[in-house]
Amino acid sequence: MSLDKDQVQQIATLARLELKPEEHAELVEKLSRIVDFFDHLSEADTSGVIPMAHPLDVAQRLRPDVVIEANQRDQYQENAPSVADGLYLVPKVIE
Amino acid sequence: MTDLHTRSLTELAAGLKSGDFSSVELTQSLLDRVAKHDETLNAFVTVTGDQALAAAAKADADRAAGNVGVLNGLPIIHKDIFCTQGVKTTCGSKMLDNFISPYDATIVERMAAAGAVVLGKANMDEFAMGSSNETSYFGPVRNPWDLERSPGGSSGGSAAAVAARLAPAATATDTGGSIRQPAALTNTLGIKPTYGRVSRYGMIAFASSLDQAGVITRTAEDAAQLLGVMAGFDERDSTCLDQPVPDYVAELGNSIKGLKVGVVRQHFDEGLDADCGVKVKEAIAALDSLGAKAVEIDMPNIDLSVPTYYVVAPAECSSNLSRFDGVRFGHRAENPEDLHDLYCRSRGEGFGDEVKRRIMTGTYVLSAGYYDAYYLKAQQVRHLIADDFKRAFEEVDVIAGPTTPTPAFKLGDKVDDPITMYLNDIYTIGANLGGFPALSVPCGFVDDLPIGLHLVGHHFDESALLRCAYAYQQVTDWHMACPEDFK
Repeated sequence: MSLDKDQVQQIATLARLELKPEEHAELVEKLSRIVDFFDHLSEADTSGVIPMAHPLDVAQRLRPDVVIEANQRDQYQENAPSVADGLYLVPKVIE
Repeated sequence: MTDLHTRSLTELAAGLKSGDFSSVELTQSLLDRVAKHDETLNAFVTVTGDQALAAAAKADADRAAGNVGVLNGLPIIHKDIFCTQGVKTTCGSKMLDNFISPYDATIVERMAAAGAVVLGKANMDEFAMGSSNETSYFGPVRNPWDLERSPGGSSGGSAAAVAARLAPAATATDTGGSIRQPAALTNTLGIKPTYGRVSRYGMIAFASSLDQAGVITRTAEDAAQLLGVMAGFDERDSTCLDQPVPDYVAELGNSIKGLKVGVVRQHFDEGLDADCGVKVKEAIAALDSLGAKAVEIDMPNIDLSVPTYYVVAPAECSSNLSRFDGVRFGHRAENPEDLHDLYCRSRGEGFGDEVKRRIMTGTYVLSAGYYDAYYLKAQQVRHLIADDFKRAFEEVDVIAGPTTPTPAFKLGDKVDDPITMYLNDIYTIGANLGGFPALSVPCGFVDDLPIGLHLVGHHFDESALLRCAYAYQQVTDWHMACPEDFK
């Protein structure tokens, strides 16, 4: 199945990726081939097969819901592109 | 002492113990080699020379004080996917080119506590997505066996550095073959443990149901030593399993007599280079002559491993990589118009082509209307493949075959064709889909290029793989071969 330009743009929007025009054109071609390759999966009879959720037959471990980390906000924010007064700054969302 | 770089980790440990040389001398000699060779290889993203020498001096002081961890003073390299406190941790991406990790990954912490000295951070495919190291933002790593060729990926920097004797060992990670494929293509040994065996806390996530940390070394003994330090329960990783860790080194000497080795019929079909097939069969015959018993087995669904993986892994990657939003850390686009523009341009600029392809693929297979046809179907086929392995392990102890379909390919040869690139992982992916431990050990040369024997074991039976590789390395010397320009 091949994907068209609009579908690729729709996926890019969902994925929050800005694509340059040449990237967009290349993805139309390459994603179509990748998706075609997935069609091999239809060769397998999977009726009644449970989708695999975990490589081992174990349940996810839970821990008590208590704070275990110390507050390291200042240290973490050293990696942030823009902060002020301990807050992360982004462009204005609400006018 | 001009031959320190040729020695294994175990030999170096003995030398440090007997006082033949200090960790500072050893570390300096390897840093000198890095300075001499890495411009050619590009195996490092960051060399941490000053920190390494300080750690070596501390290790020497600890030794003098009688405080000797099992890795005291031994130099290693960490793949740049592991967070290292105060040191740039890029994951091979422009997105994290400015990221200084505020904490250490659990394995980094454990190895440091055991006394290891970190020479630097190894180059890798961007976010571990690639089989050739060509997707790294920092440029491809070159294969020390032929500089025109790829060392494989994604742990290409780790493998090339160990092959070129820049370090005796390096950490690595494996989601579909990223430890074993580069190990095979560089004449090194790589082990991917059972899913959940080694903590992933501080290991940047790619596909969370598949990722696992391991090591690349030259000998099985060294791998056993390092795995013993890395493995074991960590409450900070909710997928890490609380299982006893055997003494892998002590178990190496156990005979492989009577061990049943399954040889998958489907792994020797037309997809495999004929000369590689011959070498791999010779290696299996060598295990046979050591007392193991090879039997042919069938894995009817194994051929669907690659399409299954390339649905599941991108789906998980698209979800994991949504954290890179240009807000809290990582690359941020200049002068965003609004929040949406900030997200889209930061990600569009910060990620490379292959990562974008995988995020797009994953977003597509998870999107409304396609989820059942692709993602759900792939998770069902994954179950069939895992069942093939489980059935096999009712009969055999390990499964043996080729690690890769061919020896190392030329840089640039496959980079424009994702499907051909993906097929590189055809023999290695199954172990990840089922969570099984697997290892690649050097087993000969084809056209002067190294190839590997691939061994897969049952859940938590890394020991059987290490024993096989150890026994094989006692009767072969492929792993001793060193690329000419790096002797």
